[in-house]
Amino acid sequence: MNREGQDNDRKSGQFMELLSRLLMNKAAVIGLIILLVLIFCAVFADVITPYDYAAQDLKNRFVSPCYAHPFGTDNLGRDILSRVIYGARISLSVGVLSVCLSAVVGIILGAIAGFYGGAPDNLIMRVMDIFLAIPNLLLAISIAATLGNGIPNLIMAIGIGAAPTYARIVRASVLSLKEQEFVEAARAVGASDAQIIASHIIPNCLAPIIVQMTLGVASAILSTASLSFIGLGIAPPTSEWGSMLSAGRQYIRDAWYIVTFPGLAIMVTIFGLNLFGDGLRDALDPKLKN
Amino acid sequence: MLSVPEADGGEQMKTILEVQDLKKYFKTSRGILHAVDGVSFKLNVGETLGVVGESGCGKSTLGRTVLHLTEPTDGRILFDGEDITDCSKQHLKELRRRMQIIFQDPFASLDPRKSVREIIEEPLKIYHMFPDREEKRRYVNQLMDTVGLAQRFGSLYPHELDGGRRQRVGIARALALEPDFIVCDEPVSALDVSIQAQVLNLLQDLQEERGLTYMFVTHDLSVVKHIATHIMVMYLGQMVEYADADELFENPLHPYTQALLSAVPVPDVDRKRERIILRGEISSPVDPKPGCRFSPRCIRCTEKCSNTGIHLEEVKPGHFVSCMEFE
Repeated sequence: MNREGQDNDRKSGQFMELLSRLLMNKAAVIGLIILLVLIFCAVFADVITPYDYAAQDLKNRFVSPCYAHPFGTDNLGRDILSRVIYGARISLSVGVLSVCLSAVVGIILGAIAGFYGGAPDNLIMRVMDIFLAIPNLLLAISIAATLGNGIPNLIMAIGIGAAPTYARIVRASVLSLKEQEFVEAARAVGASDAQIIASHIIPNCLAPIIVQMTLGVASAILSTASLSFIGLGIAPPTSEWGSMLSAGRQYIRDAWYIVTFPGLAIMVTIFGLNLFGDGLRDALDPKLKN
Repeated sequence: MLSVPEADGGEQMKTILEVQDLKKYFKTSRGILHAVDGVSFKLNVGETLGVVGESGCGKSTLGRTVLHLTEPTDGRILFDGEDITDCSKQHLKELRRRMQIIFQDPFASLDPRKSVREIIEEPLKIYHMFPDREEKRRYVNQLMDTVGLAQRFGSLYPHELDGGRRQRVGIARALALEPDFIVCDEPVSALDVSIQAQVLNLLQDLQEERGLTYMFVTHDLSVVKHIATHIMVMYLGQMVEYADADELFENPLHPYTQALLSAVPVPDVDRKRERIILRGEISSPVDPKPGCRFSPRCIRCTEKCSNTGIHLEEVKPGHFVSCMEFE
């Protein structure tokens, strides 16, 4: 077998071990199943939805859950089940992309701050402190209000607010990692700072970041829903769980199903992500091995 | 005039490393810590300088400062006749191909997330050597062969190896760039005694094959006797004695060296010798007082010792000692 093959085997071996430890955790398996169902919904929304998410059927407004409309219809006669399924697309994509944005920004800034210390550290971390001092949602609201509606702006608004958390985690890991002898060993063979950070520091502090990212997706989805609820997120008629809640709340007395199902969707998604994130944290912690 | 210990017959031997009055101070909250304080020596190609002393005497710091892993506070370092005390980053990178280090703790010095092969390949990647994968693979195999690691260990991770094999990985990494000079920073002190001998023999074989020059930092005198051609004894950042290995073991002059040597176990039941027990603790390296730093613990200490500045004296050709008795 060639070298690449061996290394891939090795890597997949580590991955399989992680997976088997994750699968021993029942809660994490439930979380994983919820996530897989959601991803399936998001990817195949066009195929599995019975109706178009924007199709209005004004003859059938406020239909209670029935065989034709399992989740009922809203004030414009749109099928709520279809809208909830389509909503998974927005929620998951905004959640994942905004977390990726904040993780990339946070990892780079945190690694620089931790590795160099002194003035760069102070500058970066004090700016991060300013961001942390403002409540996440408030920050997202102000950024979203400045940038305007639209998915890319929403991702920016949510992503920037969460970046300081990653910066802190990475900085703390880097502070202990950079004193390790293997970093000095890398320097002794001529590695530059950038090479040391990229190939030794970041791979070694990845575990807490992965966990934070899974949990971060949950809070990003919640923030998306909150922003849409107050009208700063996704513009109608795009279906998004938060804006569905917002639109349906005036009919809550007569048509409970308009707000209940998108609300449940948010709840189940966050529940699943948290279960999976907790399970991943336990599986990645070598001290909890076996 | 600064006296610099130098090996005999310096005429025909080529000096690879010369250190002149090297100082490394650390700022601490309690004052300035004199880790290395005015050390000078010369090292010729193919020789091994054993640096001995107790924990905290600055021997490791000396090794790291010579390699620019920490920047020297003062003094000069000449490598192959060239002053490298203040050289540029780019130049330093080139120099690193010729001077390497083997660390004490073979676990801490290997990245836990990299396989053995990746660790040995790292220096090759940094210098863009062997762009051809197959050639690189063969070279790494050859290196693993040289240090006695079976090919099957290539895909393992450091935590899956025992201490001796880990240290072999560290040695292979140091050899990858084919250096001329290697600082061995207590390379065997973290290993079992049986493994120590294997690794020491490996280092000696490598030295013969590749004409390496070692600076061997250790607190273990029996190890140094085994491998060193010259020995430097350090106490609180200063060199107290320097001589040929044989000369130092036959005829130790400094009271500290004598005490150290009397502590080396001798495998002979009938042999009776006087054991010199040092009283007290090593004093603080922070803002040390003038005078002989060993004087508070010295059995032959006089009033003069703690007051007067002290210098390294050449007592015999090639044998230097820093003690009032020989001033």
